[in-house]
Amino acid sequence: MDKVRFGHSIVPYLFLLPQMAVVAVFFYLPAGEAVRSSFFLEDPFGFSSTFVGLDNYADVLSSTEYRRVAIFTVWFTVLVALFALAIALLLAVKADTVLRGAKTYRTLLMWVYAIAPPVAGLLGILLFDQHVGPFVDIASWFGWNLRIGVNYYDTAFAMIATAVWYQVAVNFIFFLSGLQSIPRAVREAALIDCRSGLRRFFTVTLPLLTPTAFFLLVINVTYALFDTFGLIDLMTKNEPGNNPVTLVYKVFLDGFRGNDLGGSSAQSVILMIVVFALTLVQFRFMERRVHYA
Amino acid sequence: MKPYGIAAGLAAGLSLLSVNSAFAVTEISWWHAMGGALGETVNEIATNFNASQDEIVLTPVFKGTYEETLTAGIAAFRAGEQPNILQVFDAGAATVIGAKGAVKPVQDLLEDAGASFDIEDYISGVRYFYADSHGKMIGMPFNSSAPIMYYNEEALEKAGVEAPKTWEEFEQIAPKLKQAGYIPLVQSHLTWEFTENFFSRHNLPFATNNNGYDGAEGTKLLVNTDGLKMMFAKLAAWKEDGHFEWYGTGWGDNQTPFEQGKVALWVGSSGSFGGLTKSATMPFGAVPLPYWEAIAGEDGYQSFIGGAALFAMAGKSEEENKATAKFFEYLTSPDVQLMWHKSTGYVPVTNAAYELAKQQGYYEETPQAEIGIQQLNMKAGEWTRGYRMGFYVQIRDVMNREYGKLFTGETTVDEAFKTIEAEGNQLLERFAKTGS
Repeated sequence: MDKVRFGHSIVPYLFLLPQMAVVAVFFYLPAGEAVRSSFFLEDPFGFSSTFVGLDNYADVLSSTEYRRVAIFTVWFTVLVALFALAIALLLAVKADTVLRGAKTYRTLLMWVYAIAPPVAGLLGILLFDQHVGPFVDIASWFGWNLRIGVNYYDTAFAMIATAVWYQVAVNFIFFLSGLQSIPRAVREAALIDCRSGLRRFFTVTLPLLTPTAFFLLVINVTYALFDTFGLIDLMTKNEPGNNPVTLVYKVFLDGFRGNDLGGSSAQSVILMIVVFALTLVQFRFMERRVHYA
Repeated sequence: MKPYGIAAGLAAGLSLLSVNSAFAVTEISWWHAMGGALGETVNEIATNFNASQDEIVLTPVFKGTYEETLTAGIAAFRAGEQPNILQVFDAGAATVIGAKGAVKPVQDLLEDAGASFDIEDYISGVRYFYADSHGKMIGMPFNSSAPIMYYNEEALEKAGVEAPKTWEEFEQIAPKLKQAGYIPLVQSHLTWEFTENFFSRHNLPFATNNNGYDGAEGTKLLVNTDGLKMMFAKLAAWKEDGHFEWYGTGWGDNQTPFEQGKVALWVGSSGSFGGLTKSATMPFGAVPLPYWEAIAGEDGYQSFIGGAALFAMAGKSEEENKATAKFFEYLTSPDVQLMWHKSTGYVPVTNAAYELAKQQGYYEETPQAEIGIQQLNMKAGEWTRGYRMGFYVQIRDVMNREYGKLFTGETTVDEAFKTIEAEGNQLLERFAKTGS
């Protein structure tokens, strides 16, 4: 009987092959190369290299600057994900209840998503520019001398604001469709049971939204950690100076701008481990609270 | 039979094509970092060169910023796809010169091609910056500039003062400029203008091992020293008094207020001249970068060149190297140098071109354009030929970071230079290990 069930065909593996090949070539191979070169100090042209063991890791982890960048990255990621999710959820809940002109509102809220990330970065620069930025003028009405590129915290503020603004549109689309998939019957039943809109939201709507919210949390953390690269690059104008940068941008600065292959490889291996740990935490501990309908 | 016919025809056609490209023209490539108006001038030079003869076709390719161009060149070299000519900036020079076998020294390239070469033909300030410790020229100085001080004529007139020759003089006039309603001083590059050139203008050693020329092993920065610390303590004090303003590390953010006429004195590049003539809203002039009379004495010393050089990448055929040499000869000819000088503001790199500019009376119409070259021709000293340090891009980044912290009150002069010294020396030590 067993024999009849499945013939051991290699066909399914053949179908898998292209995907595996892509993963191997674009992930495992470079990742392996990064691990290898993190143990060396190499002349950028590749003529000579010295095996230095764990020196690159020691140098990175003992550097006060690296610690500063790591701390900024944590704050940046938490704040960007938090605000991008919270604002998008608020907008989605409100837009969901709009009856007249709903399409127009929704389109207006979504269309930021159609802007390419570098353009979003450029818009951020223009809005926050020291000399011509309108936001700088607005801030000065409130007595805030907003100086991007000069003051570390002002620059951080502009980066977070631009990153959040861009990501809200994406989150909004997902939250809105999440809300619309909540059955009408459930909402109406809740309405009979409870008059408080706020309470209904936290006890009925939000739990039913958790699959969307969890998915978006993963997406937003990844976005803040990695996809904000272009925005940071544009806002620091190729001169890191005393501006805040994230860990990924530091890998780029040391490796591609400074040609320190060993040091930047060690940093990317550290980053790889951090992301692996983060993914594990997200799926093991947070997903338990997710309610899949 | 038909398929064979097509194949044969194709083969014949292909061989014809290859015959054409092999014998008729040699194609060479040039990767550069000259964007905008500068890029147009580069393209014009290439077009003119291609039109001037029919054996060589030169293709210039814009590769982004200086850092991006260098990285692209390195990646291409590792893949065996390097261009014939790579433009490398001052701070990246140690990387290419340090990697033995990455480039063919321009002096060898020209001599092998039978061209005449005499290092004395080049103006004094650019001669040895891209040379090895024996004085052999490795890279061909291309866009060479000096940090100079531009002044707003209206501001000086209103305050009733002259442009300063020394920093002591600046301290005298700064209160008057402030009173006249101007920000007295702004600059655009604290590392190049106020650090590296601080050492050359005052003829002070910048690093051990002969400013790094004698090898990467054991080279240490001499930045945590009284002279430089005094300069930055002064800048910080001037900022406190409203005599100096800092708009971040970006070049343009600091240039803009000068163009808008809010600033009296701006330290920029001699290469900024071409752009300023279009963007400045007021009449302006230029003087050499000031120095401290207390340190340098009566006159200052010449400055290090800024900008970049052209390097002939190794691993190219003799024929292509000859073509590259031909182009370098064309590029350094007085007429081409003069055209480059006039349209960009970068200095001409040969004495012959400088003489030609003088003969044509160019500096009588535009005296500002001569300041940079005059500064590069000032008296030379033991420490004015240049510096050679690996991972220098990161060292500059460390300096910029600490200077930024200094001007936003996050650190003190003592702490800043202690950090720069420690992190800089660590980078130098790491670089020394990449070469052995």
